[in-house]
Amino acid sequence: MVKCVSSMLIILALAGCATTQQSLYDELGGKQTIAAIVDNFITEIQYDAEILPYFEGSDIARFRDKLEEQLCDVADGPCDYTGDTMAQVHAGMAITEHDFNLTVDLLINAMTQAGVPHRVQNKLLARLAPMRKDMLYK
Amino acid sequence: MRGTYCAVLALLTLSQNVIADEGKLIGTAGLNQIEGAGGGGLVPWATLSGYDSQEQTSLNVFATNVNVDDYRLQVLGSSVSLYDRVEVSAARHTFDLTSLGGEIRQNIYGAKVRLYGDVVYSQYPQLSAGVQYKDLQDDTIANALGSTDSSGLDYYLSATKVHLGAAAGYNLVWNVTARMTKANQLGLLGFGHATQDNHELMMEGSVGILFNRHLAVGAEYRQKPDNLGLGEDDWWDVFVTYIPSKSFNVTLAWAELGSIAGAQGQDGLYLSIGGQLW
Repeated sequence: MVKCVSSMLIILALAGCATTQQSLYDELGGKQTIAAIVDNFITEIQYDAEILPYFEGSDIARFRDKLEEQLCDVADGPCDYTGDTMAQVHAGMAITEHDFNLTVDLLINAMTQAGVPHRVQNKLLARLAPMRKDMLYK
Repeated sequence: MRGTYCAVLALLTLSQNVIADEGKLIGTAGLNQIEGAGGGGLVPWATLSGYDSQEQTSLNVFATNVNVDDYRLQVLGSSVSLYDRVEVSAARHTFDLTSLGGEIRQNIYGAKVRLYGDVVYSQYPQLSAGVQYKDLQDDTIANALGSTDSSGLDYYLSATKVHLGAAAGYNLVWNVTARMTKANQLGLLGFGHATQDNHELMMEGSVGILFNRHLAVGAEYRQKPDNLGLGEDDWWDVFVTYIPSKSFNVTLAWAELGSIAGAQGQDGLYLSIGGQLW
């Protein structure tokens, strides 16, 4: 059994090496796919009665620009994020864990609709996950 | 035989075919394990059963059937999870001696507290501590085998972590549980023995891969004491879990339970269905 598990882990490690040649930005499909993800995400938010109120009074055009820039940046694309920190953006919003998880679901829907494969979705989520601590209950 | 399972597991691991996924971020709920706690199949995890967040509660029910050569274990249970902090569970074991005739019943009441973290998002693994009180209803066989008590308490500490995209882009989940116990075969054969009547430390572990948001494949290992001197073996299984929605899950596993009360090589199918009522 131990042998089996360790050989599985070796296989996983090798598979991991084989797919880390290109940047996550390229795996995602570059600028065009990121723009599609952000567009879809905005639409998902517009149709979600629980999440939409958080965006009341927001400048959607700026949100679109900055989120595209941020996703490009975290995916090692040719961009530098120039927006406010996550702590600044979410200060005073008092985002609950439930609403945070729901918004992650909306982002997953947005990626799926943009044709991003499951495994690439996970890699992007892994890069975004550390930001959660600056967003919840602030 | 073990080699075959390993090969199948490895093939599944290598498989690049992903079924279309339109679901939620799975990994926060898990299943109900064989003693009723939130977990995998054989092993309790640090996760609490249910999809409740810090503002919510959940109620889960499950039924599990393990059919091995000379025995059949049927489990019915339920658990409540409160604010992703505390879990309370109850489970009923009916252990049919299909070769010898007769049955052994046992009730298990459990509680678990989340001590630290979030299985997906925190830097370190989610950590929980739990207890399981086991009350044997039919102790004739346990007494005949020389066990000391017909009820007992298990204590455990679990650490569980989901690594997003860590397995070639697939989400990887692992769990390690340390349990103090004197239960013989989960308690179905009583607790302790005149020659060995102390709680002993047993290690349990699980590893799984989420091939998409609805399908998990993995393996579990559970170390067990041998108080009765009947050669009680450690348990292990390989499992496939299908989670079509947050309110329903079904698990099929192959369980290798080794020697039970002198009957060698007990292995067979483990089938469990469960779901969240709210």
